[in-house]
Amino acid sequence: MTARRIALTVNGARHEAETPVRQHLADFLRGTLGLTGTHLGCEHGVCGACTVLLDGRAVRACLILAVQAEGRSVTTVEGLAPDNGPLHPLQAAFCANHGLQCGFCTPGMLTTLAEFLKDSPDPTEEEVRVAISGNLCRCTGYDSIVAATMEAARALREARA
Amino acid sequence: MKPAPFAYHDPRSIEEVLDLLASLDNARLLAGGQSLMPMLNMRVAFPDHLIDLNRVEGLTGIMEEGGSIRIGAMTRQRDIEESEVIRARLPLLAEALSHVGHRQTRNRGTIGGSLCNLDPSAELVAVATALDAVLEVQGSAGIRELSIHDFPVGFMTPALAPEEMLTAIRLPVPPAGHGTAFTEFARRHGDYAIVSAAVLLVLEGSRIARASLTLGGVGAGPLRLRTAEAMLVGGAPSEATFGAAAAECAGIEAMSDPQAPAWYRRRLSAVLTRRALETAAARAAV
Ligand code: FES
Ligand code: FES
Repeated sequence: MTARRIALTVNGARHEAETPVRQHLADFLRGTLGLTGTHLGCEHGVCGACTVLLDGRAVRACLILAVQAEGRSVTTVEGLAPDNGPLHPLQAAFCANHGLQCGFCTPGMLTTLAEFLKDSPDPTEEEVRVAISGNLCRCTGYDSIVAATMEAARALREARA
Repeated sequence: MKPAPFAYHDPRSIEEVLDLLASLDNARLLAGGQSLMPMLNMRVAFPDHLIDLNRVEGLTGIMEEGGSIRIGAMTRQRDIEESEVIRARLPLLAEALSHVGHRQTRNRGTIGGSLCNLDPSAELVAVATALDAVLEVQGSAGIRELSIHDFPVGFMTPALAPEEMLTAIRLPVPPAGHGTAFTEFARRHGDYAIVSAAVLLVLEGSRIARASLTLGGVGAGPLRLRTAEAMLVGGAPSEATFGAAAAECAGIEAMSDPQAPAWYRRRLSAVLTRRALETAAARAAV
Protein backbone atom coordinates (compact mmCIF):
# COMPACT_ATOMS: atom_id res chain seq x y z
CA MET A 1 0.00 0.00 0.00
CA THR A 2 3.00 2.30 0.15
CA ALA A 3 3.64 2.31 -3.60
CA ARG A 4 1.50 2.10 -6.71
CA ARG A 5 2.01 1.71 -10.41
CA ILE A 6 0.44 4.58 -12.32
CA ALA A 7 -0.10 5.39 -15.98
CA LEU A 8 -0.52 8.93 -17.21
CA THR A 9 0.18 11.16 -20.19
CA VAL A 10 2.97 13.70 -19.83
CA ASN A 11 3.54 16.18 -22.64
CA GLY A 12 1.66 13.95 -25.01
CA ALA A 13 3.59 10.77 -24.24
CA ARG A 14 2.24 7.92 -22.18
CA HIS A 15 4.28 6.98 -19.11
CA GLU A 16 3.95 4.14 -16.68
CA ALA A 17 5.92 4.08 -13.46
CA GLU A 18 5.84 3.06 -9.86
CA THR A 19 5.55 5.78 -7.24
CA PRO A 20 5.37 5.87 -3.48
CA VAL A 21 1.82 6.97 -2.64
CA ARG A 22 3.11 9.88 -0.58
CA GLN A 23 5.21 11.32 -3.41
CA HIS A 24 3.84 14.55 -4.83
CA LEU A 25 3.49 15.07 -8.56
CA ALA A 26 6.40 17.52 -8.83
CA ASP A 27 8.86 15.04 -7.30
CA PHE A 28 7.43 12.33 -9.57
CA LEU A 29 7.97 14.47 -12.67
CA ARG A 30 11.46 15.50 -11.62
CA GLY A 31 12.78 12.41 -9.88
CA THR A 32 10.92 9.53 -11.47
CA LEU A 33 10.52 10.85 -15.03
CA GLY A 34 13.60 13.09 -15.09
CA LEU A 35 11.64 16.14 -16.22
CA THR A 36 13.47 18.72 -14.12
CA GLY A 37 11.90 21.73 -15.83
CA THR A 38 9.26 21.83 -13.10
CA HIS A 39 10.84 23.64 -10.17
CA LEU A 40 10.21 23.37 -6.46
CA GLY A 41 10.50 26.44 -4.29
CA CYS A 42 8.41 26.11 -1.18
CA GLU A 43 6.61 22.78 -1.47
CA HIS A 44 3.64 24.10 0.40
CA GLY A 45 1.68 25.93 -2.22
CA VAL A 46 2.99 29.47 -1.86
CA CYS A 47 5.50 30.18 -4.65
CA GLY A 48 3.95 28.73 -7.81
CA ALA A 49 7.29 27.51 -9.22
CA CYS A 50 5.91 23.97 -9.52
CA THR A 51 2.87 24.91 -11.62
CA VAL A 52 1.96 22.40 -14.34
CA LEU A 53 -1.16 21.93 -16.45
CA LEU A 54 -3.39 19.06 -15.34
CA ASP A 55 -5.90 18.35 -18.10
CA GLY A 56 -5.23 21.89 -19.29
CA ARG A 57 -5.65 23.63 -15.96
CA ALA A 58 -2.80 25.25 -14.05
CA VAL A 59 -2.25 23.56 -10.69
CA ARG A 60 0.47 23.40 -8.08
CA ALA A 61 2.27 20.09 -8.58
CA CYS A 62 3.56 20.12 -4.98
CA LEU A 63 -0.05 19.95 -3.75
CA ILE A 64 -1.07 16.92 -5.79
CA LEU A 65 0.03 13.36 -5.19
CA ALA A 66 1.45 11.53 -8.18
CA VAL A 67 -1.17 8.81 -7.70
CA GLN A 68 -3.86 11.44 -8.18
CA ALA A 69 -2.59 12.04 -11.73
CA GLU A 70 -3.29 8.43 -12.73
CA GLY A 71 -5.09 8.47 -16.09
CA ARG A 72 -4.77 12.23 -16.45
CA SER A 73 -2.84 14.40 -18.85
CA VAL A 74 -0.02 16.61 -17.56
CA THR A 75 1.80 19.37 -19.43
CA THR A 76 5.07 20.67 -18.01
CA VAL A 77 7.22 23.52 -19.26
CA GLU A 78 9.07 20.96 -21.43
CA GLY A 79 5.82 20.34 -23.29
CA LEU A 80 4.98 23.94 -24.19
CA ALA A 81 6.99 23.85 -27.42
CA PRO A 82 8.18 20.95 -29.60
CA ASP A 83 11.69 19.66 -28.84
CA ASN A 84 13.48 21.04 -31.88
CA GLY A 85 10.83 23.47 -33.04
CA PRO A 86 10.33 27.16 -32.35
CA LEU A 87 9.70 28.41 -28.82
CA HIS A 88 6.16 28.96 -27.55
CA PRO A 89 5.21 32.63 -28.12
CA LEU A 90 5.34 33.16 -24.35
CA GLN A 91 8.87 31.76 -24.18
CA ALA A 92 9.97 33.91 -27.12
CA ALA A 93 8.46 37.03 -25.53
CA PHE A 94 10.12 36.25 -22.17
CA CYS A 95 13.48 36.08 -23.97
CA ALA A 96 12.88 39.31 -25.87
CA ASN A 97 11.64 41.31 -22.88
CA HIS A 98 13.96 40.19 -20.09
CA GLY A 99 11.12 38.16 -18.59
CA LEU A 100 13.59 36.03 -16.69
CA GLN A 101 16.86 36.46 -14.88
CA CYS A 102 17.76 33.35 -12.86
CA GLY A 103 14.83 31.46 -14.41
CA PHE A 104 13.74 29.72 -11.24
CA CYS A 105 10.18 31.00 -11.31
CA THR A 106 9.91 30.84 -15.10
CA PRO A 107 8.43 27.34 -15.62
CA GLY A 108 5.60 28.21 -13.24
CA MET A 109 5.07 31.61 -14.83
CA LEU A 110 4.93 30.09 -18.32
CA THR A 111 2.51 27.30 -17.49
CA THR A 112 0.27 29.65 -15.49
CA LEU A 113 0.24 32.19 -18.31
CA ALA A 114 -0.27 29.56 -21.01
CA GLU A 115 -3.58 28.64 -19.40
CA PHE A 116 -4.45 32.28 -18.69
CA LEU A 117 -3.93 33.47 -22.27
CA LYS A 118 -6.11 30.64 -23.57
CA ASP A 119 -8.98 31.91 -21.43
CA SER A 120 -8.19 35.63 -21.77
CA PRO A 121 -6.52 36.24 -25.13
CA ASP A 122 -6.73 40.03 -24.82
CA PRO A 123 -5.95 40.84 -21.18
CA THR A 124 -5.17 44.15 -19.49
CA GLU A 125 -1.89 44.53 -17.62
CA GLU A 126 -3.85 44.48 -14.37
CA GLU A 127 -5.42 41.14 -15.30
CA VAL A 128 -1.98 39.72 -16.04
CA ARG A 129 -0.77 40.84 -12.62
CA VAL A 130 -3.71 39.12 -10.95
CA ALA A 131 -3.09 35.99 -13.04
CA ILE A 132 0.48 35.71 -11.76
CA SER A 133 -0.36 36.77 -8.20
CA GLY A 134 0.30 33.18 -7.17
CA ASN A 135 3.79 33.08 -8.70
CA LEU A 136 6.68 34.60 -6.82
CA CYS A 137 9.68 35.95 -8.69
CA ARG A 138 12.64 36.99 -6.59
CA CYS A 139 14.89 38.63 -9.15
CA THR A 140 13.49 39.71 -12.51
CA GLY A 141 10.81 42.02 -11.23
CA TYR A 142 7.29 41.68 -12.46
CA ASP A 143 7.22 44.60 -14.90
CA SER A 144 9.19 42.81 -17.59
CA ILE A 145 7.21 39.63 -17.03
CA VAL A 146 3.99 41.56 -17.57
CA ALA A 147 5.44 43.27 -20.65
CA ALA A 148 6.49 39.89 -22.06
CA THR A 149 3.01 38.51 -21.46
CA MET A 150 1.35 41.42 -23.23
CA GLU A 151 3.64 40.86 -26.22
CA ALA A 152 2.94 37.11 -26.24
CA ALA A 153 -0.78 37.78 -26.09
CA ARG A 154 -0.47 40.03 -29.14
CA ALA A 155 1.57 37.42 -31.00
CA LEU A 156 -0.92 34.67 -30.18
CA ARG A 157 -3.84 36.83 -31.32
CA GLU A 158 -2.09 37.65 -34.58
CA ALA A 159 -1.22 33.99 -35.17
CA ARG A 160 -4.88 33.13 -34.83
CA ALA A 161 -6.16 35.98 -36.99
CA MET B 1 9.40 12.45 0.37
CA LYS B 2 7.77 15.26 2.24
CA PRO B 3 4.73 13.76 3.98
CA ALA B 4 5.04 11.09 6.66
CA PRO B 5 3.92 7.64 5.43
CA PHE B 6 0.21 6.98 5.11
CA ALA B 7 -2.02 4.44 3.42
CA TYR B 8 -3.79 5.89 0.40
CA HIS B 9 -7.40 5.10 -0.43
CA ASP B 10 -9.24 6.31 -3.51
CA PRO B 11 -12.85 5.17 -3.21
CA ARG B 12 -15.38 5.73 -6.00
CA SER B 13 -18.61 6.08 -4.03
CA ILE B 14 -19.88 7.92 -0.96
CA GLU B 15 -20.78 4.54 0.60
CA GLU B 16 -17.17 3.39 0.28
CA VAL B 17 -15.95 6.61 1.88
CA LEU B 18 -18.33 6.16 4.80
CA ASP B 19 -17.23 2.52 5.23
CA LEU B 20 -13.60 3.61 5.30
CA LEU B 21 -14.31 6.41 7.77
CA ALA B 22 -16.12 3.99 10.04
CA SER B 23 -13.41 1.33 9.95
CA LEU B 24 -10.11 3.26 9.88
CA ASP B 25 -8.36 5.04 12.72
CA ASN B 26 -6.68 8.41 12.26
CA ALA B 27 -7.99 8.91 8.73
CA ARG B 28 -8.24 12.25 6.93
CA LEU B 29 -10.34 13.15 3.90
CA LEU B 30 -8.43 14.73 1.04
CA ALA B 31 -10.53 17.20 -0.98
CA GLY B 32 -8.78 19.76 -3.21
CA GLY B 33 -5.62 19.49 -1.11
CA GLN B 34 -4.83 23.19 -1.05
CA SER B 35 -4.63 23.21 2.76
CA LEU B 36 -4.18 19.57 3.71
CA MET B 37 -1.31 18.94 1.26
CA PRO B 38 0.80 21.78 2.71
CA MET B 39 0.03 20.41 6.16
CA LEU B 40 1.19 16.95 5.05
CA ASN B 41 4.30 18.33 3.33
CA MET B 42 5.22 20.28 6.46
CA ARG B 43 4.29 17.33 8.65
CA VAL B 44 1.85 19.37 10.65
CA ALA B 45 -0.70 16.66 9.86
CA PHE B 46 0.23 12.98 9.87
CA PRO B 47 -2.78 10.77 9.27
CA ASP B 48 -2.33 7.00 9.04
CA HIS B 49 -4.91 6.91 6.24
CA LEU B 50 -5.65 9.38 3.52
CA ILE B 51 -9.05 9.02 1.87
CA ASP B 52 -9.01 10.81 -1.47
CA LEU B 53 -12.40 12.21 -2.49
CA ASN B 54 -11.33 13.25 -5.98
CA ARG B 55 -12.66 10.15 -7.73
CA VAL B 56 -15.86 9.81 -5.73
CA GLU B 57 -19.02 10.02 -7.85
CA GLY B 58 -21.85 12.36 -6.97
CA LEU B 59 -19.99 15.05 -5.07
CA THR B 60 -19.77 17.73 -7.76
CA GLY B 61 -22.21 19.97 -9.54
CA ILE B 62 -24.20 23.18 -9.22
CA MET B 63 -27.98 22.95 -9.36
CA GLU B 64 -30.82 25.34 -8.73
CA GLU B 65 -33.68 23.69 -6.89
CA GLY B 66 -36.59 25.08 -4.94
CA GLY B 67 -35.28 28.57 -4.22
CA SER B 68 -31.80 27.35 -3.33
CA ILE B 69 -28.62 26.55 -5.15
CA ARG B 70 -27.08 23.24 -4.24
CA ILE B 71 -23.35 22.84 -4.72
CA GLY B 72 -21.62 19.48 -4.37
CA ALA B 73 -18.88 19.55 -1.74
CA MET B 74 -16.16 18.60 -4.24
CA THR B 75 -17.07 21.27 -6.78
CA ARG B 76 -13.92 23.22 -7.66
CA GLN B 77 -13.80 26.86 -6.65
CA ARG B 78 -12.94 27.85 -10.22
CA ASP B 79 -16.06 26.12 -11.56
CA ILE B 80 -18.23 27.95 -9.03
CA GLU B 81 -16.57 31.29 -9.76
CA GLU B 82 -17.25 30.92 -13.48
CA SER B 83 -20.71 29.38 -13.24
CA GLU B 84 -23.42 31.39 -15.00
CA VAL B 85 -25.99 30.39 -12.39
CA ILE B 86 -23.78 31.55 -9.55
CA ARG B 87 -22.92 34.84 -11.24
CA ALA B 88 -26.57 35.57 -11.89
CA ARG B 89 -28.12 34.30 -8.65
CA LEU B 90 -25.38 34.46 -6.01
CA PRO B 91 -22.94 37.14 -7.17
CA LEU B 92 -21.68 37.47 -3.59
CA LEU B 93 -20.17 33.99 -3.86
CA ALA B 94 -18.49 34.75 -7.20
CA GLU B 95 -17.13 38.05 -5.88
CA ALA B 96 -15.70 36.42 -2.74
CA LEU B 97 -14.11 33.61 -4.77
CA SER B 98 -12.00 36.07 -6.74
CA HIS B 99 -10.20 36.70 -3.43
CA VAL B 100 -9.69 33.01 -2.59
CA GLY B 101 -6.06 32.10 -3.24
CA HIS B 102 -5.02 32.17 -6.88
CA ARG B 103 -6.18 30.70 -10.14
CA GLN B 104 -3.92 27.66 -9.67
CA THR B 105 -5.34 26.96 -6.22
CA ARG B 106 -8.95 27.60 -7.27
CA ASN B 107 -8.46 25.10 -10.09
CA ARG B 108 -8.04 22.45 -7.38
CA GLY B 109 -9.60 23.87 -4.22
CA THR B 110 -13.18 22.87 -3.45
CA ILE B 111 -16.03 24.58 -1.60
CA GLY B 112 -16.46 21.66 0.80
CA GLY B 113 -12.76 21.50 1.57
CA SER B 114 -12.65 25.18 2.42
CA LEU B 115 -15.73 24.98 4.65
CA CYS B 116 -14.45 21.94 6.54
CA ASN B 117 -10.98 23.41 6.94
CA LEU B 118 -12.82 26.31 8.60
CA ASP B 119 -9.99 28.79 8.60
CA PRO B 120 -11.13 31.87 10.55
CA SER B 121 -10.25 34.11 7.59
CA ALA B 122 -11.67 31.91 4.84
CA GLU B 123 -13.81 33.92 2.44
CA LEU B 124 -16.12 31.00 1.67
CA VAL B 125 -16.95 30.49 5.33
CA ALA B 126 -17.91 34.16 5.68
CA VAL B 127 -20.10 34.06 2.57
CA ALA B 128 -21.81 30.82 3.59
CA THR B 129 -22.58 32.45 6.94
CA ALA B 130 -23.90 35.62 5.33
CA LEU B 131 -26.19 33.59 3.06
CA ASP B 132 -27.48 31.24 5.82
CA ALA B 133 -26.15 28.13 4.11
CA VAL B 134 -27.49 24.69 4.93
CA LEU B 135 -24.98 21.85 4.91
CA GLU B 136 -25.74 18.28 3.95
CA VAL B 137 -23.76 15.92 6.12
CA GLN B 138 -23.71 12.20 5.50
CA GLY B 139 -22.88 9.42 7.94
CA SER B 140 -23.70 5.74 8.24
CA ALA B 141 -27.06 6.73 9.75
CA GLY B 142 -27.99 8.74 6.66
CA ILE B 143 -28.06 12.40 5.70
CA ARG B 144 -28.60 15.20 8.19
CA GLU B 145 -28.90 18.90 7.57
CA LEU B 146 -26.96 21.41 9.54
CA SER B 147 -27.12 25.19 9.58
CA ILE B 148 -23.82 26.91 8.86
CA HIS B 149 -24.37 28.81 12.10
CA ASP B 150 -24.02 25.54 14.05
CA PHE B 151 -21.09 24.31 11.98
CA PRO B 152 -18.07 25.88 13.74
CA VAL B 153 -17.62 24.45 17.21
CA GLY B 154 -14.17 25.94 17.84
CA PHE B 155 -11.02 27.11 16.12
CA MET B 156 -10.88 25.31 12.75
CA THR B 157 -13.19 22.62 14.12
CA PRO B 158 -16.40 21.75 12.28
CA ALA B 159 -19.33 19.99 13.92
CA LEU B 160 -18.66 16.72 12.13
CA ALA B 161 -18.35 13.33 13.80
CA PRO B 162 -15.23 11.36 12.79
CA GLU B 163 -17.30 9.04 10.60
CA GLU B 164 -19.24 11.81 8.87
CA MET B 165 -18.55 13.84 5.72
CA LEU B 166 -19.90 17.01 4.14
CA THR B 167 -21.52 16.13 0.81
CA ALA B 168 -23.19 19.34 -0.34
CA ILE B 169 -24.02 22.90 0.59
CA ARG B 170 -27.31 24.64 -0.12
CA LEU B 171 -27.49 28.40 -0.44
CA PRO B 172 -30.90 30.09 -0.40
CA VAL B 173 -31.21 32.57 -3.27
CA PRO B 174 -32.11 36.01 -1.91
CA PRO B 175 -35.21 37.70 -3.38
CA ALA B 176 -35.08 40.00 -6.39
CA GLY B 177 -34.10 43.55 -5.51
CA HIS B 178 -31.26 42.49 -3.27
CA GLY B 179 -27.71 43.69 -3.39
CA THR B 180 -24.56 42.08 -2.04
CA ALA B 181 -20.94 43.03 -1.61
CA PHE B 182 -17.76 41.41 -0.41
CA THR B 183 -14.84 43.51 0.78
CA GLU B 184 -11.61 42.44 2.37
CA PHE B 185 -8.20 43.63 3.37
CA ALA B 186 -5.23 41.33 2.82
CA ARG B 187 -1.54 42.09 2.53
CA ARG B 188 -1.37 40.65 -0.95
CA HIS B 189 -4.02 39.64 -3.45
CA GLY B 190 -4.97 36.04 -2.76
CA ASP B 191 -3.74 35.92 0.82
CA TYR B 192 -6.18 35.05 3.55
CA ALA B 193 -7.92 38.26 4.57
CA ILE B 194 -6.96 39.98 7.80
CA VAL B 195 -10.61 41.02 7.89
CA SER B 196 -13.36 40.47 5.36
CA ALA B 197 -16.98 41.65 5.26
CA ALA B 198 -19.86 39.97 3.44
CA VAL B 199 -23.08 41.95 3.16
CA LEU B 200 -26.55 41.25 1.83
CA LEU B 201 -29.24 43.93 1.70
CA VAL B 202 -32.83 43.54 0.54
CA LEU B 203 -34.55 46.83 -0.21
CA GLU B 204 -38.29 47.42 -0.37
CA GLY B 205 -39.04 50.83 -1.74
CA SER B 206 -36.77 53.20 0.14
CA ARG B 207 -36.44 50.97 3.23
CA ILE B 208 -34.12 48.14 4.14
CA ALA B 209 -36.25 45.01 4.48
CA ARG B 210 -33.47 42.58 5.34
CA ALA B 211 -29.81 42.89 6.20
CA SER B 212 -27.12 40.30 6.70
CA LEU B 213 -23.64 41.31 7.87
CA THR B 214 -20.79 38.86 8.43
CA LEU B 215 -17.18 39.48 9.32
CA GLY B 216 -14.41 36.99 8.62
CA GLY B 217 -10.99 36.98 10.20
CA VAL B 218 -11.86 38.76 13.44
CA GLY B 219 -12.28 35.73 15.70
CA ALA B 220 -12.11 31.95 15.76
CA GLY B 221 -15.12 31.72 13.46
CA PRO B 222 -17.24 33.95 11.24
CA LEU B 223 -19.09 36.68 13.11
CA ARG B 224 -22.67 37.66 12.25
CA LEU B 225 -23.36 41.22 13.40
CA ARG B 226 -26.93 40.67 14.59
CA THR B 227 -27.21 43.96 16.49
CA ALA B 228 -26.10 45.99 13.50
CA GLU B 229 -28.47 44.01 11.26
CA ALA B 230 -31.40 44.88 13.54
CA MET B 231 -30.41 48.54 13.45
CA LEU B 232 -30.49 48.52 9.65
CA VAL B 233 -33.85 46.87 9.09
CA GLY B 234 -36.61 49.44 8.57
CA GLY B 235 -34.12 52.25 8.03
CA ALA B 236 -33.28 54.10 4.86
CA PRO B 237 -30.18 52.98 2.96
CA SER B 238 -28.32 56.19 3.80
CA GLU B 239 -24.85 57.18 4.82
CA ALA B 240 -26.06 57.87 8.36
CA THR B 241 -27.69 54.45 8.76
CA PHE B 242 -24.64 52.67 7.37
CA GLY B 243 -22.28 54.72 9.54
CA ALA B 244 -24.23 53.84 12.67
CA ALA B 245 -24.31 50.13 11.79
CA ALA B 246 -20.59 50.10 11.01
CA ALA B 247 -19.87 51.85 14.31
CA GLU B 248 -21.16 48.72 16.06
CA CYS B 249 -17.86 47.09 15.08
CA ALA B 250 -16.11 49.17 17.72
CA GLY B 251 -17.53 46.84 20.35
CA ILE B 252 -16.78 43.44 18.80
CA GLU B 253 -14.35 40.97 20.28
CA ALA B 254 -11.44 40.65 17.87
CA MET B 255 -8.31 38.53 18.01
CA SER B 256 -4.71 39.68 17.99
CA ASP B 257 -2.08 37.78 16.06
CA PRO B 258 1.29 38.57 14.46
CA GLN B 259 -0.52 40.00 11.42
CA ALA B 260 -2.65 42.56 13.25
CA PRO B 261 -3.68 43.59 16.77
CA ALA B 262 -7.31 43.50 17.88
CA TRP B 263 -7.84 47.28 17.72
CA TYR B 264 -6.70 47.27 14.08
CA ARG B 265 -9.10 44.45 13.22
CA ARG B 266 -11.96 46.37 14.85
CA ARG B 267 -11.14 49.47 12.86
CA LEU B 268 -10.84 47.51 9.62
CA SER B 269 -14.16 45.83 10.40
CA ALA B 270 -15.93 49.18 10.64
CA VAL B 271 -14.43 50.52 7.41
CA LEU B 272 -15.00 47.32 5.41
CA THR B 273 -18.55 46.96 6.72
CA ARG B 274 -19.44 50.52 5.74
CA ARG B 275 -17.94 50.11 2.27
CA ALA B 276 -19.69 46.79 1.74
CA LEU B 277 -23.02 48.28 2.85
CA GLU B 278 -22.66 51.19 0.44
CA THR B 279 -21.76 48.92 -2.46
CA ALA B 280 -24.53 46.45 -1.68
CA ALA B 281 -27.09 49.27 -1.49
CA ALA B 282 -25.94 50.71 -4.82
CA ARG B 283 -26.21 47.26 -6.42
CA ALA B 284 -29.65 46.68 -4.91
CA ALA B 285 -30.87 50.00 -6.27
CA VAL B 286 -30.15 49.24 -9.93
S1 FES C 1 6.79 24.50 -4.82
FE1 FES C 1 4.71 24.26 -5.22
S2 FES C 1 3.93 26.23 -4.80
FE2 FES C 1 6.01 26.42 -4.20
S1 FES D 1 13.67 34.96 -12.68
FE1 FES D 1 14.65 34.58 -10.80
S2 FES D 1 12.98 34.13 -9.51
FE2 FES D 1 12.00 34.90 -11.25
